[in-house]
Amino acid sequence: MLSLIVSEGKDLTKEEKQRLRKEKKQQKKIKEKKDDKASQENEKEKKPVTSAAPASQPPTQPTPTKTKAELKAERRARQEAERASKQTKKGETGQQAATSKPKAPPSDLQPVVKRLPEHIQVDNPDVLKKLAKKLERQQIPLRSDYGYKVSLFSHLHQYSRKAPLTQQLSIPSTVIHPAIVRLGLQYSHGIVAGSNARSVALLHAFKQVIRDYTTPQNEELSRDLVNKLKPYISFLNQCRPLSASMGNAIKYIKKEISNIPSNCKEDEAKNKLLNCIESYINEKIILAGVAIAKCAIEKQKISDGDVILVYGCSSLVNHILCKAFEKNRKFRVIVVDSRPRLEGKEALRRLVQKGISCTYVLISAVSYILPEVSKVFLGAHALLANGYVMSRVGTSQIALVAKAFNVPVLVCCETYKFCDRVQTDSFVSNELDDPDDLIVTRKGTTPLEGWENESSLGLLNLVYDVTPPDFVDLVITELGMIPCTSVPVVLRVKNVDQ
Amino acid sequence: MELQAVLMAAGGGSRMTDLTYNTPKAMLPVGNKPLMWYPLNLLEKVGFEEVIVITTKEVQKAMSTDLKIKDVKMKLDVVSIQEDGDMGTADALRHIQPKIKTDILVLSCDLITDVALHEVVDLFRAHNATMAMLMSKAHEFTETVPGQKGKKKTAEQRDFVGVDKSGKRLLFMANEADLEDGLSIRKSIMRKHPRMLIKTGLVDAHLYCLKKAVVDFLTENKSISSIRGELVPYLVRKQFSKTVNSQKLKDDTDDQTQEKNDGPANHELLISSRDEPLLQLAQERSCWNDHRGDMSEAYHGGKLRCYVHIMDQGLCCRVNTLAAYIEVNRLAPKLFEEPSVHPSADISERCQMGSDSIIGAVCHIADKTSIKRSTIGNFTTVKEKVKVTNSIIMHGVTIEEGCNIQGSVICSNAVIGRGADLKYCLVGNGQHIEPEVPGIIILNTGNLDLCLHVL
Repeated sequence: MLSLIVSEGKDLTKEEKQRLRKEKKQQKKIKEKKDDKASQENEKEKKPVTSAAPASQPPTQPTPTKTKAELKAERRARQEAERASKQTKKGETGQQAATSKPKAPPSDLQPVVKRLPEHIQVDNPDVLKKLAKKLERQQIPLRSDYGYKVSLFSHLHQYSRKAPLTQQLSIPSTVIHPAIVRLGLQYSHGIVAGSNARSVALLHAFKQVIRDYTTPQNEELSRDLVNKLKPYISFLNQCRPLSASMGNAIKYIKKEISNIPSNCKEDEAKNKLLNCIESYINEKIILAGVAIAKCAIEKQKISDGDVILVYGCSSLVNHILCKAFEKNRKFRVIVVDSRPRLEGKEALRRLVQKGISCTYVLISAVSYILPEVSKVFLGAHALLANGYVMSRVGTSQIALVAKAFNVPVLVCCETYKFCDRVQTDSFVSNELDDPDDLIVTRKGTTPLEGWENESSLGLLNLVYDVTPPDFVDLVITELGMIPCTSVPVVLRVKNVDQ
Repeated sequence: MELQAVLMAAGGGSRMTDLTYNTPKAMLPVGNKPLMWYPLNLLEKVGFEEVIVITTKEVQKAMSTDLKIKDVKMKLDVVSIQEDGDMGTADALRHIQPKIKTDILVLSCDLITDVALHEVVDLFRAHNATMAMLMSKAHEFTETVPGQKGKKKTAEQRDFVGVDKSGKRLLFMANEADLEDGLSIRKSIMRKHPRMLIKTGLVDAHLYCLKKAVVDFLTENKSISSIRGELVPYLVRKQFSKTVNSQKLKDDTDDQTQEKNDGPANHELLISSRDEPLLQLAQERSCWNDHRGDMSEAYHGGKLRCYVHIMDQGLCCRVNTLAAYIEVNRLAPKLFEEPSVHPSADISERCQMGSDSIIGAVCHIADKTSIKRSTIGNFTTVKEKVKVTNSIIMHGVTIEEGCNIQGSVICSNAVIGRGADLKYCLVGNGQHIEPEVPGIIILNTGNLDLCLHVL
């Protein structure tokens, strides 16, 4: 139908051309909204809507004798009818349409349809059904949610550590490689925690998978291996939601695997992949850490007489402080810690073992201790594309209080943790940890013991929070010291490189 | 492949010779199923597809004819060893070492349990442990055992098991027999784990997950012959050995002599993986530690770790004594939801059968009989006016009219003559009890003295 008009384009006036363009845009908008709705609504509902659209197109083809004006009027009437039907359906679905704001820019290039990731749509039964079907196809058990979820976070998964995923797996695990099962267990028990550690452990497990992999007959390594990795990634996601660094590492591996030429022999290909993984870890994690430490120390970000505040246990920040101490800088450290994880104790142990003099406080004492502090060093789990820093819950508080006291806040982050997600609050996408971690027994009594039986009581154990770029003064990466708002530039440069 | 299962079915049942002198222990009927069917069923339920069964030729022959074992869908790789040889469990592992390609799960044929096996295996996987084992809180046996005068407390040697405060890490294991002048614990262990719980009322289920490196180590050290008696205490001690921990300071000088003896075999047990530096890196960067309060890293830098899962609920029983055998016959059928009466059994309507009795296949139960809390095996004939209470009747037994059997164990193919009144007796294989013979008769070739009251 559109092609008909274009062929007669020479005869159209300027106004008509403008009107045509507007109609094209509106049509695309409707199509995008339709696609977006289709991902949320039932398939049955999708069919009549999509069948209406193509149905509208063929009737015009066999009648080329109609005038342009009549065709335009027909089209406009059809659009009005579809829009009206859309409105009624929109009223039914309610808030879900409101929260889903995929900004589909009505560009003249292909429409960019952004779908919401499944892991933040847990309260939508259709998404859950789709997830269950996908896991069934991949032969991975579904982990069921546990306990009452606070209503603001009911769209996220909440699992219990006492119900591990291995309960539903066969014991000599055949579907999933044993290294991946071990890794999943270590994630869900918290034995491997921290962004860098998780990525390194993931790549280590992938190395073992690649070593034990053999290409089946009539398959290509570049395609089959990627398909093999998909159920493993789903499994790990079920054990503990993937971190941004892990996501980037997986993207890198998948790209490397698909780039293997088809004439490459299996052993060669495997060796190549193993070397790629080694070099990725070396460059992006180990050397990046060394470069950041060097940058921080040489550019006098840690000077003599400094009092540095750190929060929780960030492997990178600990590394920087240890290196600075080795270079004979005189400083002392204040470690701030928070329940329920109490990761600060581990950071404290590592720093004191080196010989650095430390103070240990809980986060409730931050405003008391801050007048003594000269700098705040924070680690990051991920840096988002709009400059927000996603880190352990409590980080944004510390950044806020530091800003109030005019203490500079420096975030240390390797570039492989940059992700092109955008988030302005900690509600939309987060991770809910086991609520039973909040229960503590003191002097033989456990006040929160039967919390599941109280209908009006909910326990919330958040893992991450988001710090706005106004509170962060500097981000130290291996590319140098950049302001928080330069993250999209770095991402763009990285994409161009690749 | 992740784990290979090994079932040890060559044991002789030395603590219940009355039952086993004719039937091998692995084939003793429990709830009308052979004893070794239970661990095989456990493995099958969990998802194993192959099991290596180490057994004697006699058992192998019996297995090939048994229906229940034929029902097992897993592939059974039977390895037979000499019956009279003094082969311990560790010797048997050494014997099958060429077949072992990955980590192993070793089970004993006399284990009946409903444990969630993933609890033990998860400890093994998550902490990259060298050994993970299963233990259970011991339960008192309540049934009267034939041949025992009154409730005699068995003077079994106790096991002292020391665990850390999480209850998962195994720190200390010794048998009472080895501790002559008292329990001594190394200072290095106390320094690393200041809180240790020592438990004595635990039953070792003889279920172990072992790393492949341990099997390789056994082939080098031919002096170790029993898993439970020697290998496990050795591994538990080795966790805190100085040579294993590479960066230990000079702590305890009293361990010097012991180190010299354990010296040569250490490198075998060190956990080696192809990408050891990567694993190290991941562990370094991870903000997790298994203990708090001292300056050492996770696991105190030790590479050898032993874990235990202690069951406090559920059934876990090792059938190695007569008392255990009787107890388990009572409890085992409750594990499965099978009908208590086999469909092929022929039971007359005027038979009073309790709900907790089990009747085997092709049985004939006549009128006016009363069967309560008992197990009746396959091919058994029970004639009229017989009262069977609290007893275990094995296969192929004939019980003539008017008998009264209470608290007894009647082994296979025995014939109980008319009017016999048996209380707390053990009738051996193929024995005949004459009808209505007065006096006290000893009925089997074992050493039990029985009290036979005859009408």
